[in-house]
Amino acid sequence: MTYGGGQVTYPTKGSAAPPGPPTPTVPAVPSQPGPVATPTPAAAPAPPGRPETEPPRRTAFAEGVDQLRAAATTEPGRLRIIGAALALLVVAFGAVTAWQMADRSAAADDVLHSSQPLSDDAANIYRSLADANTTASSGFLAGGEEPAETRARYERDIRTAASLLVTAAANSEPGSPSADSIAKLNKLLPEYKGLIERARANNRQGFPLGGAYLRYANNKMQEEMLPEAERLYLKENGRLLADYDRATPYPWAAIGLGVVALGALGWAQRRNYRRTNRVLNRGMVAATAASTVVLLWVTVGHTVARAELDSSYDHGVRSLNVLHAARIASLKARGNENLTLVSRGAETVQQDGRTKDAYDVEFQKQMAVLDTRLTEAKRLADDQAGSKPVAVAAGSMEVWQSRHQEARKADDSGDYQGALNKVIGAKADKPTRECFDSVDEELDAALVQEGKEFREAAGDGRSAMNGLPVGAAAFAVLGAAGAVLGIGRRLSEYR
Amino acid sequence: MTTRRLKASLKGWGGVGAMAVACTLTAVIALPPLTHAAQDGSTGVGGPGVATGLQTKAEKCTAPEDQSPPPSGADGPTITAIKNRVGDKRKLVIGVDQNSYRWGYRDPNSTKKTSELEGFDIDLAHRIAEEILGDKDAVVFRAIPTNQRIPAIQNGDVDMVVRTMTITCKRLDEVAFSAPYFQTGQQVLAPKKSTIRGYDKSLADKRICTAATSTAYDTLTAGKTKGDLPGSARVFTVPNQLDCLVRLQLGMADAVVTDGALAAGQAAQDPTVELKGDPFTEEYYGVAMKKGSDDLVRRVNQVLVDYRNSGGWQESYNKWLAADLGPSSGPPAPKYK
Repeated sequence: MTYGGGQVTYPTKGSAAPPGPPTPTVPAVPSQPGPVATPTPAAAPAPPGRPETEPPRRTAFAEGVDQLRAAATTEPGRLRIIGAALALLVVAFGAVTAWQMADRSAAADDVLHSSQPLSDDAANIYRSLADANTTASSGFLAGGEEPAETRARYERDIRTAASLLVTAAANSEPGSPSADSIAKLNKLLPEYKGLIERARANNRQGFPLGGAYLRYANNKMQEEMLPEAERLYLKENGRLLADYDRATPYPWAAIGLGVVALGALGWAQRRNYRRTNRVLNRGMVAATAASTVVLLWVTVGHTVARAELDSSYDHGVRSLNVLHAARIASLKARGNENLTLVSRGAETVQQDGRTKDAYDVEFQKQMAVLDTRLTEAKRLADDQAGSKPVAVAAGSMEVWQSRHQEARKADDSGDYQGALNKVIGAKADKPTRECFDSVDEELDAALVQEGKEFREAAGDGRSAMNGLPVGAAAFAVLGAAGAVLGIGRRLSEYR
Repeated sequence: MTTRRLKASLKGWGGVGAMAVACTLTAVIALPPLTHAAQDGSTGVGGPGVATGLQTKAEKCTAPEDQSPPPSGADGPTITAIKNRVGDKRKLVIGVDQNSYRWGYRDPNSTKKTSELEGFDIDLAHRIAEEILGDKDAVVFRAIPTNQRIPAIQNGDVDMVVRTMTITCKRLDEVAFSAPYFQTGQQVLAPKKSTIRGYDKSLADKRICTAATSTAYDTLTAGKTKGDLPGSARVFTVPNQLDCLVRLQLGMADAVVTDGALAAGQAAQDPTVELKGDPFTEEYYGVAMKKGSDDLVRRVNQVLVDYRNSGGWQESYNKWLAADLGPSSGPPAPKYK
């Protein structure tokens, strides 16, 4: 209480003074009547020995600093500065929190409703295309009139791919690499379909030209369409990972500002206590409470959201990726198994110094991939519902391998028909077709299950952030108002 | 001072100039043979062009189809090795085509309810298995693309290739051939409405499709250098002659050049195309085997003699080829080395 008579510093020519010091913003001192404290340097009690005359030209900034310094020499001036700083800090804390959490919340929303479904769609586009191609070659192996079941499956695959491409197109940004891939696939799909229809028409007439068209269509699929679909999948998956990366980092700026705001409020109250011996200033207590609520909310809320999102990634997305990879490997293996019989040793590669059928080598490679992926999927599956289908698929894969060996043995000894029966034959022949179908169905079931788990976890994560941006903003405004009122109450004691 | 320095520097340049001239002269004198050799070597997968091949072997190889050893029914090391195969493996492994209509193909609508290959080449393959191993079904068919015929034999992936394979001097360096079992010639196939009239100037600016490493490809390349084929004709290759019909139907090719026997098979699958002009080469199909397996070659020649004498050849021809190629007076008369 050194400065009892603060009024002394009030200037008389206040209206003619330059704009007030930069910090005390108008709402900071709502009860303040008339001109605010604008002591000119001349009016301020100058340090002894300082010349009375002013330098002729000064910058606005230097003048502002001087004014601030002058204000800081009186208690009301200091109070105004403190009040303004507190309000600013709390508002900044609220704004940064709202902004950071809105961003994270939007990213979590994208993970749940946009990028994950799109990544899933892209995987399904790839799968449908590969399945259509495999089915077409099965139909070719079956002879002139393909089984109705095969035809229906092929048509379903093409329909699925076409409609998923439309969804993907609607969600891609024009000119992006994804849009480019989608455009190419949209162009290639009807071309491919046309070639397959030509193959069918010729096959029905008993012309080997049908086989030539099938090879041509297969090349188009393997060399142009599937790589493009894979690019699309990688792009969409990259987008999903980017959304995760946007949604999960701690909002350090908000938390840091919150801690600083709370520290400042604590300091201001301690100062108040030491000068007035009053323990509580209601306004500042309210500001502290509001800031604490926001800080706790953002920390706890985000921690929960982050945990759920991480879990949706670990148990959802990773499982889904592995299962998609497994399914694609099984499809590729099946396609190559068919092509081994379609091409009859027309394509060979050198391996370990021996000439081997190129498609059979590729089949073995894809089966190895399938095996690895299934083991991985089993490890990632965290409950009975998820691991059971994977285990059944793994069992079918082993049967597939052993039946495939029998088919190869038959083919190598010249029993082409026997080999064919072992691959696409009737139930009595115990064909590998059954094993492939089983693997495919079980993986589909596992994908549905993991997709459900993903949506649950990501949905929980998303809702943990619900209301946070708006809430943080509202509480920050309350806190700032509290701080200003609290300071204003102290300030009014000087009048 | 300045002039002297200039002179001195000019003299220096003169030395360099003289060196450059000397180098150029050496290059001019030394390089032509080199570049020539490089051009020969760069004709690609097919090795030296046909024309060169014929020139270098002018004394040795005028009628490649007459270079096979006389027939014999005796067993030798190759045949014994085949006969010693045990169990399921006691079969002849024969490289065939599954894309040549009427020659080697699979009829998707076959009433036999099997998926076996059939055609003129396949009949012959069964006949060879029957005579060597006593069972016409003791055969494993391997479908091989045109450019894999010779590697497949050389690597031992197949015992022989019965796959509309023309006997040429160049191929005689790499594999052994039986006596010829069929005579044909290359022909141009094009849409009926096309302005292409045959192997002549009407092929200018046209896109011509042919199978990679086929004799047709070699002929076209040589024809361009000789001037038989307009230089503006663009030749491109595909793995199998039938793939050419796909390109023709898709509008990616204007004409197909392949053996008349195969071209007729293509025309039989598409009524909008036809053979244009007469055959412009003479080709003989032979059974190809590994070089040095003389006993097997002689044995196959014996099978061919029996095949012809028993009427089997004619029967097979009438069944598969007569409809597209017209009646035949029988296989070419064999001449042995």
